[in-house]
Amino acid sequence: MKKLLVTAVAVLAAAATALPVSAADKLKVGFIYVGPVGDFGWTYQHEVGRQTIVKEFGDKIETTYLENVSEGPDSERSIEQLARTGHQLIFTTSFGYMDPTVKVAKKYPKIDFEHATGYKRADNLGIYSGRFYEGRYIQGIIAAKMSKTGVLGYIGSFPIPEVISGINATMLGAQTVNPNIKIKIIWVNTWFDPGKEADAAKALIDQGADIIMQHTDSPAAMQVAAQRGIYAFGQDSDMSKFGPKTQLTAIINNWAPYYVRQVKAKLDGKWKAEDTWDGLKEKMVMMAPYTNMPDDVKKMAQDTEAAIVAGTLHPFKCPVLGQDGKPVECKGGTHLDAGQILGMNFYVKGVDDKFPGK
Amino acid sequence: MGLFEAIVISVIAASTPLLLAAAGELVVERSGVLNLGAEGMMIMGAACGFAGAWLTGSTFIGALFGIAAGVAMSAIFAVLTLGLAVNQVATGLALTILGIGLSGLIGAGFVGERINPAPHLYVPGLSDLPALGRIVFNQDGFVYFSILLIAGIWWFLYRTRAGLILRAIGDNHASAHALGYPVLKVRFYAVLFGGACAGLGGAYLPLAYTPFFIPGMTAGRGWIALALVVFASWRPLRLVAGAYLFGAVSILQLHAQGAGIGIPSQLMSSLPYLATVIVLVLISRTRASAGSAAPASLGMAFVPDR
Repeated sequence: MKKLLVTAVAVLAAAATALPVSAADKLKVGFIYVGPVGDFGWTYQHEVGRQTIVKEFGDKIETTYLENVSEGPDSERSIEQLARTGHQLIFTTSFGYMDPTVKVAKKYPKIDFEHATGYKRADNLGIYSGRFYEGRYIQGIIAAKMSKTGVLGYIGSFPIPEVISGINATMLGAQTVNPNIKIKIIWVNTWFDPGKEADAAKALIDQGADIIMQHTDSPAAMQVAAQRGIYAFGQDSDMSKFGPKTQLTAIINNWAPYYVRQVKAKLDGKWKAEDTWDGLKEKMVMMAPYTNMPDDVKKMAQDTEAAIVAGTLHPFKCPVLGQDGKPVECKGGTHLDAGQILGMNFYVKGVDDKFPGK
Repeated sequence: MGLFEAIVISVIAASTPLLLAAAGELVVERSGVLNLGAEGMMIMGAACGFAGAWLTGSTFIGALFGIAAGVAMSAIFAVLTLGLAVNQVATGLALTILGIGLSGLIGAGFVGERINPAPHLYVPGLSDLPALGRIVFNQDGFVYFSILLIAGIWWFLYRTRAGLILRAIGDNHASAHALGYPVLKVRFYAVLFGGACAGLGGAYLPLAYTPFFIPGMTAGRGWIALALVVFASWRPLRLVAGAYLFGAVSILQLHAQGAGIGIPSQLMSSLPYLATVIVLVLISRTRASAGSAAPASLGMAFVPDR
């Protein structure tokens, strides 16, 4: 029922925005968001990107966004709605829009699509994502340094490769500081439900975790950590507002420069379906200021960040040991290759939890 | 604080917004009106409740704002479905869509602002008792109010004449009308009461549960509240059991995951819903012979023959 409704809202919204088709020479750019623009996390950062292109290109473009579009087959209608209403470049900004985007892209070969965090491409469908695991690795080091109990609490959304690689990178970073570090993982099976995220954070803390990390979209967990007087990491955007004395740092998804680049390419007629996967170096992934930690930890974090940017350190450098203690095949020479990271379906050694679905 | 205590406290917090909203809806449905707009009223209660608390610094005034928002939303519903006899299902759904949109607009300026969470009761001595002290004597006002509310609704429905009239109207509005009872007036008040409860349940989220406002933060709790009313077969005491069962399963599955019990998380996440369905089936089996527990006039528009 809720899904149906949300779709109804989305379709209504699309219909409403479709009405004033006035300037035919304007490039219409569409965005599909999984959460509300004010989630202060994932969707918020994409919205910041959209606002940036509006500022940058002004009258040359017209943008539309549909928020709260649920993932899966339902999203197809929303994407198609944008395609039908004259949008020439459409960004679908969540993993679960992958197959629907592929389908709609096939149906509308003259329209260009870009899908975030997925892995399926076509001539008119590019993909883009951030190397979030680089930030996770740094967070792992900080977490292990700051934890007194040696237990990290991790709130996962869905067990998809992007989230799994984040957990693994965290552990690999943490193990460089404390080889016996433990991690407790709770999957909430939603990207956005502040109440549930808060409940998960409480459960993790009640079970002994004293650092909270999250891969969900609202600042609820940060706030629970603040109430309980422990440390946490922000997700997607700087959440220090919700825990000024709590946030150690945050991974900030900086989509704006990418959106500017792609819209410019489209305006210049040079748009191509590409596979973009940028990290700290290209500033698609950025770290919020390192706060609430002693100087030596801060220095360690900064050095690690610098090493990753310089390319001298790779979070998944070989050998990477699987849960069974055996090294994982090293396809990238000195580190795991892109396919292994983007399709990660195993836990590294030291994650004392059953791999979802195995 | 022991783990057991911590779990129970989390369960109470998770159950309270559901209980508040469902309690109101129960009275509405008992009067024969189906208001599917609970989600919309809740999210409006959340937005306005937060606004009230942020502007005045008082949780109590915030709660009043939330109630007022719920009442205002339900008044729209009442005018349309009772006054103009518009289809209740369609109007309820429209109310939800309106609420989600409008609350985002109202709350936009408050996103990212913080308030102090609702104060908790503290009784010297009692609140520090081991085990039960924190659970019984150290909750916020919403929790105590939700229990009083259910007791009050039970007393009203089964021990007062007005409650009997309300149930009669819900079961057969034509007969009640023939007997001279003011069907539309009673339903109007019931709908407003339901709106007040939903608004308060919504306000609980930003005022006590997660003290900030974010658009869409009710995340479907209004729909759960609606389901709980059916689950409780329209009886207030069963509603308490249902809400707490739902809350308990939701929290326990998180703890089970944290403890590393190797059950797929997707299955765990579906447990609260699964438990609800199973109990529902069991209840309807035992009362199959007695017919449906639903108020007989539920969802039907009433147009008095003047």
